[in-house]
Amino acid sequence: MIRVESLALCFGKFSLRDVGFQVAPGEFFALMGPTGSGKTLILESIAGLVEHAQGSIRVAGQEVGGLPPERRNVSLVYQDNALFPHLSVLENVTYGQRYHGIAKDEGRRMALALLERLGLTRVAGRLPVNLSGGEKQRVSLARALACKPDVVLLDEPLSSLDPQFRDDLRAALKDLHRHSGLTFLMVTHDFVDALTLADRAAVIREGRLEQVGTVGDVFRKPATAFVAGFVGMKNIFFVEGQGECRLGGDLRFEVPGASVSGHVALRPEDVFVSFTDRDAPGWLSLPGTLLGVRHEGFSWFAEVSCGDSRFTAALDRQFPEQGRLEPGRPVRLTFARESLHFMPDA
Amino acid sequence: MQSRGGFLRSLPGRVFQFWLIASCILVLVFIVAPLARTVVSPDAEQMWKTLGDPDVLRSVGLSMGASAMAAVLSLIMGTPLAYILARRDFAGKKIVESLIDLPIMIPHPVIGIAFLTLAGRNNWFGGLLARMGIEIMGTVTGITVVLFFVGLPFYINTAKAGFESVSPRLEKVSRSLGAGPGATFFRVTLPLCRRAMLVGMIMCMARALSEFGAVVIVAYHPMIAPVLMFERFTAYGLKYSQPVAVILIVVSLLFFIALRVVSRPQRRDS
Repeated sequence: MIRVESLALCFGKFSLRDVGFQVAPGEFFALMGPTGSGKTLILESIAGLVEHAQGSIRVAGQEVGGLPPERRNVSLVYQDNALFPHLSVLENVTYGQRYHGIAKDEGRRMALALLERLGLTRVAGRLPVNLSGGEKQRVSLARALACKPDVVLLDEPLSSLDPQFRDDLRAALKDLHRHSGLTFLMVTHDFVDALTLADRAAVIREGRLEQVGTVGDVFRKPATAFVAGFVGMKNIFFVEGQGECRLGGDLRFEVPGASVSGHVALRPEDVFVSFTDRDAPGWLSLPGTLLGVRHEGFSWFAEVSCGDSRFTAALDRQFPEQGRLEPGRPVRLTFARESLHFMPDA
Repeated sequence: MQSRGGFLRSLPGRVFQFWLIASCILVLVFIVAPLARTVVSPDAEQMWKTLGDPDVLRSVGLSMGASAMAAVLSLIMGTPLAYILARRDFAGKKIVESLIDLPIMIPHPVIGIAFLTLAGRNNWFGGLLARMGIEIMGTVTGITVVLFFVGLPFYINTAKAGFESVSPRLEKVSRSLGAGPGATFFRVTLPLCRRAMLVGMIMCMARALSEFGAVVIVAYHPMIAPVLMFERFTAYGLKYSQPVAVILIVVSLLFFIALRVVSRPQRRDS
């Protein structure tokens, strides 16, 4: 449905270089990357709001590179919802229908059905100023879908919402995507959004794509150290040419399948902290010193120094010895060899 | 009872409050005193006589009408420029912005002389206009053109600020929903800038109503109210010019209060 090839453009000092990916019809695709990596520029290039210098953009089989935004049949949802403040909710939702050959009565019926599906029927006559953040974003979604676009482009649709609205809107997005069968391309810097919603994903860094693949592959088999870090693999270490990872001092371990230099990554959930050796076949056990314990929301993490390196391990909330986790205490770090993910240098 | 230390600590705050209130009162008195004195100066008989004077009524009507026409011309012809300046960056933008502000800065007789030079009958352009049936010098058209010239910067700058206050994302979303640039402008941008444009027109009209220096050179006749007032002052003295001034002050005040009420902001977020 969307085919981007060798896309390049300059925007001030920032440039996109050789960006290429495809989104299949009906797919939910996530474009991930940190702030300032060029995600929104790609989205606006597809929408026709930013001119690209090189490359090709095809939507529904048609080259749209030279077309103005209104002739591309793609709808855009911004993170700040960008609702028209002078129009009511229903007027916002029906705004674009006249340009897509949708008759007034049919359009109104469609809009009301969408509003009902999103639980917005009671606010149909209100101005946007009288809506909550979550309601505004739902209206924005309804508006994008109401003119039957080929593609819906979502620019961080959940990032400006409070946590309680975010979960609701995630569910609404998933439901709308399943129900409409439309192609969704979402830009996000939150990998939880991508994990929850997307079928496939791409990761971008400083205007270049680092990896494109299924969400499972991007999260479990990141192609580069940057992608590994971005998707939450907090333990990333350099691997030398012989496939050996040196942690400093005498501490080192062999990385299975590594014969060239690169990086090895390990999820914090795959590292176990204990006070005794966990002697199991296929498991590695390393001595370390506890640096501290911190929590992010309801999750707890132990920071452990190992030689000159530092490991992060997720702690079970029921960790039986949590009371004894005072900084400076010697501990053992254990993890399965198969949990190690090796990424050769390009 | 407050201690000496407490009093000294609160002294800067008290001085600041005093400065705020005293300045407000002083400025309001400064504006109101001369106008109020002018309004109460003429006796009732004189006022009544002036109100029935057809020359006075004609000149006040001409001032209001030509100023309103200048504001409408600013709306029609100034809006595209204000929009482009708000939305686009281009080489020489600062120069264009400075050119727009020029009528505010240059002495107004200079504007009159400039129009006389450009559109006088001895000039080829003035001759061309005359052949097309357009007279600038000594006509209502000339007065309107001059008032449009002096009021335009006020409209453009206010409308530009209004356009800048509308998020470009609203226009982007509108385009992505299928609306072309024109439809986006008229369905999204313009309704959201309506108030700024109306305020711009008020500013333009206010500036035009007060114009004297340029008009007196381009068109002494037909007389607008400031020119009539000047003539009566120089020919008959203060006593005969005051009632005209009172009428102009009262009409302007009522008119601008009405426009401010009409252009009250509505509650919405953009």
